[in-house]
Amino acid sequence: MTVLFYLAALVAIAASLLVVTRANAVHALLYLVVSLLAAAVVFVTLGAPFAAALEVILYAGAIMVLFVFVLMMLDLRRAAIEREARWLSAGIWTGPAVLAVVLLGQLLWTLFATPAQRATGAAMRSITPEEVGTALFGPYLVGVELAGFLLLAALVGAFHIGRRERRQRT
Amino acid sequence: MTAVPWPHALALAAILFAIGLGGVLARRNLLFVLMSIEIMLNAGGLALVAAGARWGQADGQVMLLFVLAAAAAEVAVGLALVLRIQRRERTLDADLLGAGESTLPAATRPAAGELRLAGGVERFSEGGARR
Repeated sequence: MTVLFYLAALVAIAASLLVVTRANAVHALLYLVVSLLAAAVVFVTLGAPFAAALEVILYAGAIMVLFVFVLMMLDLRRAAIEREARWLSAGIWTGPAVLAVVLLGQLLWTLFATPAQRATGAAMRSITPEEVGTALFGPYLVGVELAGFLLLAALVGAFHIGRRERRQRT
Repeated sequence: MTAVPWPHALALAAILFAIGLGGVLARRNLLFVLMSIEIMLNAGGLALVAAGARWGQADGQVMLLFVLAAAAAEVAVGLALVLRIQRRERTLDADLLGAGESTLPAATRPAAGELRLAGGVERFSEGGARR
């Protein structure tokens, strides 16, 4: 299990790095799917099989399919890819990379330098989907309803924004 | 059951979040910015699940479900906006959009905002003259 975790973590990190550095949007999207699937494997090794199933079905399935459909409607010819590659110069990348690495260093320092966090003797146990479902429709019922409202609002909003504009008189 | 040290899981979440943050800051294409935001959301969900596994509670996975719902809503609206911007401006370059420039020639661009701005300036100057 531990070996599986580190392997999946490496795959997730490598695929995510490839996502943010590719010039071709289709390649980046496929690497993003790989990253999400690796995250699903990490969920399994953490003892959360229901979360892993959700990740595969919802994230790597539904949301990524949405991305694929939009990519097919966009302009992705060779000129666009070459322009994208020109934007990926080292000068553009240094500032954001330095900022992100500094923030990452701070996060890792707070994780590993504080002694209270290091004592992790508690054995993790697998959380069954039954427990998650009981929690969802017990104390979190209002949250589930609100999530439904959010999705409905997003549906209406996306429809309104994506509607074809009427011809303006000029 | 598992012996994965949970600080390592949180460290993985932090690394993924930093990668996504770098992507958001560095990329200019709106589509890649959205993908980087997906990486960051996924890292947040990973942190929630790791914390839930640490304490042996189901709440972490419940929170992951809410994160997924938020991500789905964000992607739907964001991609609709991307399509709309691509259709109007013929570009997804965030710098060009922010500068108010467009790759379209000025004659074919919808000029409603400019006209309204010009009218506003005119009215303002009229008021100044009256005062």
